[in-house]
Amino acid sequence: MCPKEEPITVDGKILVTLPNAMFRVELANGHKVLAHVSGKMRMNFIRILPGDTVTLELSPYDLSRGRIVRREK
Amino acid sequence: MIVIRSDEEIETIGKAGRILAETLEKLKSHVKAGVRTKELDKIAREEIIKRNGYPAFKGYKGFPGNICTSINETVVHGIPSDKKLKNGDIISIDVGVKFRDYFADAAVTVGVGKIGDAAKKLLEVTEKALYIGIENAMPGRRLSDISASIQAFVESNGFSVVRAFVGHGIGTTIHEEPEIPNFGKPGTGPRLEPGMVLAIEPMVNAGTFEVEILEDGWTTVTKDRRLSAHFEHTIAITIDGAEILTQN
Repeated sequence: MCPKEEPITVDGKILVTLPNAMFRVELANGHKVLAHVSGKMRMNFIRILPGDTVTLELSPYDLSRGRIVRREK
Repeated sequence: MIVIRSDEEIETIGKAGRILAETLEKLKSHVKAGVRTKELDKIAREEIIKRNGYPAFKGYKGFPGNICTSINETVVHGIPSDKKLKNGDIISIDVGVKFRDYFADAAVTVGVGKIGDAAKKLLEVTEKALYIGIENAMPGRRLSDISASIQAFVESNGFSVVRAFVGHGIGTTIHEEPEIPNFGKPGTGPRLEPGMVLAIEPMVNAGTFEVEILEDGWTTVTKDRRLSAHFEHTIAITIDGAEILTQN
């Protein structure tokens, strides 16, 4: 029987705002990933600016892309 | 932390593996058109228990079967039911055995009656991918060497590698560290050392690698409903390579 691979949840800091609600985010380990804003955040009109600390879900299939799911107050 | 097992522990896991291998052989001989997957489940339970083992999957995280029976587009974790096998089907049988507090895990995919050439190729490639992965499981090499070798072989044959599920360490529990994906860049991850016990299980799809889980919370099917095959062995890393524990 095989265990399921879940998306990895990490924290990061927004570096740059890119077009189409994409951001370059720096993780605690120094890696920079390309991330997009989650639908739930867009729906609730939550704005994200460079310098914000956010929580990301990284896809186990491609560790250089992520989904921003939370912005820390 | 990847546990290093002693020779005695590996011998015990080997005994669990032998029980498993014998059970799988028995199950393969019962795969025929008209057979219900529930019957295979019952036979598996009997064969394991009569060899002093215990079916490891039953009740594991709530799994209702003694084995996983995954037909055609079902990738893994198919629940045994009254569903009858048809000529041309392919069925993956995944078995787990507990023997004296140690676990072994293995799987095969077989055809029912006469299967198509595409299905035959899928089975051959998936089984070969497992053995290529095992060949790359040598001490001193890195974990992802196994993953990368499986992915390269499978994709060079025009098939795709399932990403959502992974191989795993095994020993005193069914799933232990490390996670062994069937894809990735080589040369990363921990170095393999003698004494590690791993379950390598490539899952290969004819179409897209994407899968989805059905309403029962277990049955995993390919997103495009095309065929999927699965082979698995539990191996122990030794000083000069890997020893397959789930064979006779």
